Amino acid sequence: MLLRVVPFKPAQVLAISYINFFQGTPVLGQLLIIFFGIPLFTGTEVSAWTAAIVAFSLFSGAYLGEIWRGSIEAIPKTQWEASASIGLSTIEQLRYVIIPQAFRMSVPPTVGFWVHLVKDTSLASIIGFIELTRAAQIMNAATFRPMTVYLTIAFVYFLICFALTRLSARLEKRLRVAN
Amino acid sequence: MSLIEIENVYKSYGQLEVLRDVSLNVETGEIIAIIGRSGSGKSTLLRCINGLEPIQSGTIRFDGEQVNALDTNLRQLRQKVGIVFQSFNLFPHMTVERNITVALTVVKKVPLVQANEIARNVITQVGLADKLNAYPDMLSGGQQQRVAIARSLAMSPKLMLFDEITSALDPELIGEVLRVLANLAKDGMTMMLVTHEMGFARNVASRLIFMHEGEIWEEGPARTVLDSPKTPELSSFLGSVLV
Repeated sequence: MLLRVVPFKPAQVLAISYINFFQGTPVLGQLLIIFFGIPLFTGTEVSAWTAAIVAFSLFSGAYLGEIWRGSIEAIPKTQWEASASIGLSTIEQLRYVIIPQAFRMSVPPTVGFWVHLVKDTSLASIIGFIELTRAAQIMNAATFRPMTVYLTIAFVYFLICFALTRLSARLEKRLRVAN
Repeated sequence: MSLIEIENVYKSYGQLEVLRDVSLNVETGEIIAIIGRSGSGKSTLLRCINGLEPIQSGTIRFDGEQVNALDTNLRQLRQKVGIVFQSFNLFPHMTVERNITVALTVVKKVPLVQANEIARNVITQVGLADKLNAYPDMLSGGQQQRVAIARSLAMSPKLMLFDEITSALDPELIGEVLRVLANLAKDGMTMMLVTHEMGFARNVASRLIFMHEGEIWEEGPARTVLDSPKTPELSSFLGSVLV
């Protein structure tokens, strides 16, 4: 996100390519590229755990960076001017005036993204990483009771996401979302 | 030495010249009203004085210090020059009290207790002592604008700039804001105000400036300028605002 806003062309190009790549390709593809691609080109094995962490981190970075940048840029220029004209430095303008307002604005889209991310983790089962969905597959193979097993894990996903959404709603209320 | 010395200032946005050879001195205690059509450069002139807008050539000095030099400490300058905007620009996530104290505690390093004391004083000055703990969106436009004035006053500036501060207000709320201005004037505050309130300019301003196409077209004592305009441009402007 910082690279995207610094006034230095190569940094911006780098940041934009990164964002475009990770926003424009499916996270499943990214998982596979990291899990199978890295050993192919470097010869070092990557564990499913590492591949999942790396892929989801890069993926989240691309989205969250843009959400936060958008929130900061959505604060009207007049807020910068007003805080500058009472003597605040650029850092202080960010710290006391801009970021607190941008943070409020970014809560709903950030949580929305997290909810997606939680559900997307099920994709990691494809590279053999034992997350919720993979665990369910294994249990199903042992018990032959697909409905019970899959409904249960669906409920677990739901619990996690619902908790996130509730948390966000409470946070928004407490922060009194700025007009 | 005058408080403000503006010499041969030129400013343009690309091809568009907004200030053309503007020169003006303002003494401590003066109240300058600036009138003119929209786009005549009056707001730009104000914004140049506290360094919000850069200029292309000429010099602006405030209190002996050059505003438009590379090494100017704008932060220090802005503690001495307050500005109030047309659209209030209060910080919506802070209470009225915090709006007023934030610059005191962060920039001037005033201890919080003392800053709150100052906040109480300036908010009383604008007649809103009961609103210290309110948030800006709970206030009317007129009240918000009075808080914005208080926020500037808290820094004890040597000069206050007012940029069309009543233009965004409902007619019935204009009076309360103008009354605050009139009180400030009585207390001897040096002020420059861009305004469309001709009656106010006539009664309160010590000097009136008419800007036209980026230039100071006419200036002089407020009453004289308003009663006997010398140029056809000012006559036609006055004709269009004083229906």
